[in-house]
Amino acid sequence: MDFGRISRRHLLQGSAALALSSTFGIRGAAAAETTVGFIYVGSRDDYGYNQAHAQGAAAVKKLPGIKVVEEEKVPETDAVEKTIESMINLDGATLLFPTSFGYYNPHVVKMASKFPKLHFEHCGGLWTDKDPKNAGSYFGYIDEAQYISGIVAGYSTKSGKLGFVAAKPIPQVLRNINAFTLGAKLANPKATTQVIFTGDWSMPVKEAEATNSLIDQGIDVLTCHVDGPKTMVENAARRGAMVCGYHVNQSPLAPKAYLTGAEWNWEALYPKFVKMITAGEAIPNFYRGGLKEEIVKVSPYGEMVSAEARKHADEVKAKFMADGYTIFKGPIVDNKGKTVIAGGTDRGQQDPELERMDYLVDGVIGATA
Amino acid sequence: MADASIGLWTVPLAVFGGAIRVSTPFLFVSLGECITERSGRINLGLEGTLVMGAMSAYGISYLSGSPWLGVLAAGVTGAMFGALHAGICSLPRVNDIAVGIALMLLGTGLAFFLGKPLIEPTAARLPAIDFGWWSDVPQLRAALRINVLFLIGVAIAPLLYWAFRTTRWGLLIRTAGESADAARAMGHSVLLIRLRATMVGGFLAGIGGSFLSLFYPGSWNEGLSSGQGITAVALVIFARWDPMLCLWTSLAFGGAAALGPALQSVGITSGYHLFNAAPYILTLAIMIITCSPKRTVTGAPAELSITR
Repeated sequence: MDFGRISRRHLLQGSAALALSSTFGIRGAAAAETTVGFIYVGSRDDYGYNQAHAQGAAAVKKLPGIKVVEEEKVPETDAVEKTIESMINLDGATLLFPTSFGYYNPHVVKMASKFPKLHFEHCGGLWTDKDPKNAGSYFGYIDEAQYISGIVAGYSTKSGKLGFVAAKPIPQVLRNINAFTLGAKLANPKATTQVIFTGDWSMPVKEAEATNSLIDQGIDVLTCHVDGPKTMVENAARRGAMVCGYHVNQSPLAPKAYLTGAEWNWEALYPKFVKMITAGEAIPNFYRGGLKEEIVKVSPYGEMVSAEARKHADEVKAKFMADGYTIFKGPIVDNKGKTVIAGGTDRGQQDPELERMDYLVDGVIGATA
Repeated sequence: MADASIGLWTVPLAVFGGAIRVSTPFLFVSLGECITERSGRINLGLEGTLVMGAMSAYGISYLSGSPWLGVLAAGVTGAMFGALHAGICSLPRVNDIAVGIALMLLGTGLAFFLGKPLIEPTAARLPAIDFGWWSDVPQLRAALRINVLFLIGVAIAPLLYWAFRTTRWGLLIRTAGESADAARAMGHSVLLIRLRATMVGGFLAGIGGSFLSLFYPGSWNEGLSSGQGITAVALVIFARWDPMLCLWTSLAFGGAAALGPALQSVGITSGYHLFNAAPYILTLAIMIITCSPKRTVTGAPAELSITR
């Protein structure tokens, strides 16, 4: 039996004998072990956001002397504080990964002040220098991977119309939409991206309706930024459209329609973090990175991606890896005609301005509110 | 596909297509609940039954390769949940609404628990019948790819309407719902009638769930229902316990769900949160219109715990 697959709550509910024997079993194997807690906002097998994190947790689990506890479907409310406290008090967790954006403020901040000796690594990039030093907020520049997806999509579309099923108009989502569109325009300057906001992170029926409406408009390549891209990928493939994935590799769902996709690479980052902590090193509070830092990656190209598209995408990818590429390079005009980044201004990935993005670039059809 | 855009026509077409695609679970759950409530019980647990039906249909379809076997499994699971609800409610001094809420939580929780390994695999889907063969417009053809379950649901509505009025079984169900004493005086077991009515209701709700996972959106995940079961129960009240009205309101709800995305796809983006919320606003409006402390709702079975 694989104890790692059983969540903490199930362990508690399980028989005392079972729990005892498993605890002793692990204790016997490694005397001084570190317990790492992972908290997910949704189901960890969602073919999306949470699964990407769970794959990272699975990689941590393989490290010697590390015990992993997980809890899924923890809402972005007081509930996450209770989960954190019970992971600390009952499981002895010393490093916690609350992986959802909305956990950070006030919940993670509060817990980090309450347990100053423990480490909190939040996903979302929200740490500011006012926050406790034992808390950190990492994030990946997945827009780099979306940019590559956009290039491939721009070459692959026949109608020049791309579709984007998005959850909410927050900066991270807008940045992905914009990067995807800018990438597509590199391949096809006339390409447009039609965006539909569904209003929440997991709305399968709305996502399916959005997918159908987009395809009805003549859109033939779709991508998304929702928690579970499965619905969009499957429904688009059924209608004969092509897709670019998000969060994890969805090509098994639609092998003939899957062009490429923007994926997280947490299975590279999390073991690195855990090793840093166990070695006594400090993790930078504000940890960022993209393709070069191996925080994000691009799915392998599908077979229908043309040689031309592959070549161009690989070139740009190589530039990212060599750290010599800027996506948001002025002049950039938004879709209302306003110049948002002046000519001559390069907004590099680290630029905090980009994390306050509230516009859609020229070529995107849609509005932020 | 470059010239295939149909512009603003997308909106009515999407609402029409949405009415067909999205309405089926509403239709099955509301017809099932209609039968149950006509017999004098409210089964609020149908949300759980819907989710459980979706999960078991997906699981059986995946394991057996036959989506129709999945539909059957969903129906049987739903009937078992119905039997559980009716069984608990047969005990003295048990409130059917409270039991319904408990079963709703049990159904969704159990479905999420058992459905964990089913999120990743892809199961065989139900086929669609192509009613759009005569059209050259791909959008219309897509909207007219209709699933048999929708047609069955549409057929059940008038059948049920007829059965309630003219058959012995229909009369018995209505008697149990209007006056339990009268049914007892006629020598029938009210509990047995309600057990059967709740089981049939659960059977239909389970099938509604199988549509969600096996046809549209067409895969199993935990956000699949997002409250459609509970909306459908509210819809029965709006439809005044009339199967034909259940059909029309289900279609209206389906169309309303398609409105938000469709408007955005043609570039009408202001207030999309409001349009996305259309089905819920509709539910709320219905509840406000139909609720009045001064009178009981017309058409409500007299034995329902909310009207009694």
